Amino acid sequence: MTTVYFITLACLVVAGYIIAARRARALRPSSGAAVHSLPTYHGLLAAASLIVPMILMFAIGSPIVKQLATSSVFSFFPPEIANDPLQRGVILRDVANLLEGRYQGEPSAALRDAAASYARFFWTGRLVVLGTGIAVGMAALLLVLSRISASFRARNHFERFVLAVLLLCALVAILTTIGIVFSVVWETYRFFFDPSLKGRPTITDFLFGTEWNPQAALRADQGEIKTAYGFIPLLTGTLLITFIAILVAGPLGLFSAIYLSEYATPRFRAWAKPILEILAGIPTVVLGFFAALTVAPLIRGWGESFGLDIASESALAAGLVMGMMIIPFISSLSDDVINAVPQSLRDGAYALGATKSETIKKVVLPAALPGIVSAFMLAISRAIGETMIVVMAAGLAANLTFNPLEAVTTITVQIKTILVGDQEFDSAKTLAAFALGFVLFFVTLMLNIIAQQIVRRYREQYD
Amino acid sequence: MDMTTQGIQIAQPFVPAKPNAAKVVARSVNVHYGEKHALKDVSVDVPDQAVMAFIGPSGCGKSTFLRCINRMNDTIPICRVTGKIEIDGKDIYDPALDVVQLRARVGMVFQKPNPFPKSIYENVAYGPRIHGLAKNKTDLDEIVTTSLEKAGLLKEVKDRLNDSGTSLSGGQQQRLCIARAIAVSPDIILMDEPCSALDPIATARIEELIDELRSNFCIIIVTHSMQQAARVSQRTAFFHLGILVEEGETEAIFTNPREERTRDYITGRFG
Repeated sequence: MTTVYFITLACLVVAGYIIAARRARALRPSSGAAVHSLPTYHGLLAAASLIVPMILMFAIGSPIVKQLATSSVFSFFPPEIANDPLQRGVILRDVANLLEGRYQGEPSAALRDAAASYARFFWTGRLVVLGTGIAVGMAALLLVLSRISASFRARNHFERFVLAVLLLCALVAILTTIGIVFSVVWETYRFFFDPSLKGRPTITDFLFGTEWNPQAALRADQGEIKTAYGFIPLLTGTLLITFIAILVAGPLGLFSAIYLSEYATPRFRAWAKPILEILAGIPTVVLGFFAALTVAPLIRGWGESFGLDIASESALAAGLVMGMMIIPFISSLSDDVINAVPQSLRDGAYALGATKSETIKKVVLPAALPGIVSAFMLAISRAIGETMIVVMAAGLAANLTFNPLEAVTTITVQIKTILVGDQEFDSAKTLAAFALGFVLFFVTLMLNIIAQQIVRRYREQYD
Repeated sequence: MDMTTQGIQIAQPFVPAKPNAAKVVARSVNVHYGEKHALKDVSVDVPDQAVMAFIGPSGCGKSTFLRCINRMNDTIPICRVTGKIEIDGKDIYDPALDVVQLRARVGMVFQKPNPFPKSIYENVAYGPRIHGLAKNKTDLDEIVTTSLEKAGLLKEVKDRLNDSGTSLSGGQQQRLCIARAIAVSPDIILMDEPCSALDPIATARIEELIDELRSNFCIIIVTHSMQQAARVSQRTAFFHLGILVEEGETEAIFTNPREERTRDYITGRFG
C-alpha cells in the first residue's frame, strides 16, 4: 500500500509539473508587462504544493490507521490480556502471522475474528489515507493552477519552499547532534547519581580510580570480586596508543606533505597524493587484522631476538598501525595548507637570497602552522576515537602502564566490550559505557575547540 | 630578422650614458615561456647610482626582463633564458655562480606588498640572519634600525617592532619590504610595479624614497605609470611585444622619442 501511495504521488507530481508548466507557457502577458516567472517555476511550485500535503497526509494518516487496527484487535480479547504488554505483543505477532499464512497450528476463534478485523481496518484505513491524500494533493494543485497568471510570482514562492527544505535538512542534523549529546549526558548522570543503580561509583572513583573491572558486576554470585570503575588506566592506554600513533604519523605525514607540495614534480604529485588518500579509505577493521596478524607477531619476533618479552597484543603494534591510518589526514591536510601559502611569500624569501629549505623552514611552515596544527588535531581526534585497530591489536586488559610493549586498553574498546551482547539498562556496567562515551566526547570536543582557537588566532596572518 | 627588429638596432646604438658606469649589461637576452617567445633579443645597459624605469603596455616583457636580473625566472620550470646578463662584468647565468649569492646582491620589491607573517623586526632581520651578516644581537638591531630608517619607516614603527608586519597599512608594508631588501646591503634593487597596489599618498612616499635611495643603489623600476617613470627615473626603456623599442635619458624619451611607437604610448594612444 505504501508503494501504491508513493507511485501515485510520483505520477501526480510529474503530471502536476507538466500541466502547470504548459499552462504557464501558454500565458500571454498584458501589454507592457512580462510574464513574471519562467514556466519551470510554475511547474516546480505545482509539484511542491502536491508533495507537501500528500507526504504530510501519509505521515499523519498511517500511524492513525495502524493504531485503529491494533485497538480493534483487542476488542476481541478480555481487558486483562489487552492491558498486559507481553500478551499484547504475542497477540499482535499471532495476528500478523495469521494474515501472512505463517501461523503454526489451529488459531482460536477470537484470534481469527481479530485478524479479520485487523485486516479490514487496516485496508479500509489505508484506502481512506490514499483517497484523502490524493484529494488534498489535487486540491493544492488546483489552487496553484488557478493562480497561474502572468503576474503570479511562482519563482519567489518556489524559492521560499526550497529555503524551507534546506532549513529542515540543517535542523535534522543539528537536532540529531543535540539529541545524541543529551542522551549521553542523561545516561551519564544516571550512572553517577541514580539511587536505584547498584554498584555505581562516585565521580571521584571514576575519574581518579586506577582499577577498571566492570565485568565483576555480572558475577555477583561468584563472591568477592571487586567491581571497579576507575577510568585512569583507560585514559593512559588511550593516550599511550595515540601518542605512539602521532609519533609515527606526525613526522611521516608532515614530511611527505612538505615533499609533495614543495619538491615533487607535478607529475609525481598527481599520482602520489591520491595513493596517500586511498590509505585513508582502508577500513579500520582491515588495518586491525593487519595489526593483529602481521605487525604484532613481527614486533614480538624482533623483541625475542633482542631478549625482550613482548605481549602478542601490545600498545606498540596498535599505535604503529593507527599511525599508518592517520598519516593521510596529516599529509593531505598539511599539503593543502602548505599549497595555500601565497607564492608571493616564497618569492619574497627567494628574492632575499634564501635557499629553498630556508624558505620552507622560516617562511612557508610558519605561515602554514595554523593549518598544520588543525591537521594534527584532527588526526589526534581520529586516533582517540579509533576502536577496531585497538580491539584487535592492543587487547582488553586495563593495565595502568606506560610501557608500549604491554597490552593496554582504550576508552573506545571498553565501550565496545561493555555493549556487545545482551544488555540490561538498569545495570551500572551498561551505563558505564555512556560515562566513557561522555568523557571521550568531551576530550575530542576540547581538542576541536583548541584547534579552532589556534586556527582563528593565526588565520589573518597572511592575506 | 624582421623589419621591426632592424629598426630598433638602428634606433639604439649601445652607448652607455656615462662610460664605465653600467652596472648591469644585457646582451641579446631572449626568454621563452614554453612555446611563447616572451622577450626578444633585448640588449640594454643599466647605469649605477641611478633609477632606470622600464615602461610599456601589459605583457610587453618588462617584468620578465626584470626577473631575469635576479634570476627569479629560475623558479618557473617552463622558462628558458638565453643571451648574456652581466653585473659588474660577471655573467650571472654562469653555471658556477650561486644564485643565492646573486639574489643577496640584487634585492627585489614586488607589485603587491608581501611581508612575511612575522613581526616587523623579524621581517627585516630575516635576510641578514640567513646570510649571517650580523655577528651578534646588537649588530642585528643596528642593521634592522638603519634599514627601517633608510626605508623611511623607522619613525612610524619604532615603538612596535614586535607587531606583525601584516598589521601595517599597504604603503607601510611596501616600505617594510623595501627595508627588508635593503637589510642585506644589495647593490641593485629591482622594483616590479611597487606602487600599483597603493593609494596616491603612499605612492608619493615610495617615490620620494626611491629618489633618496638612488645615491646608494642601482634601482630598476617597472611601472605602468608614465608620470611615475618621468618623476623618479633618470633613464627609461620602452618595451613593446617583447621587444625593447627604445632606451635613453628619461627626459629625451618623454619629450622627444625617436620611435613612433614610443610616442604613441607615452601620449596615451595605445597601452
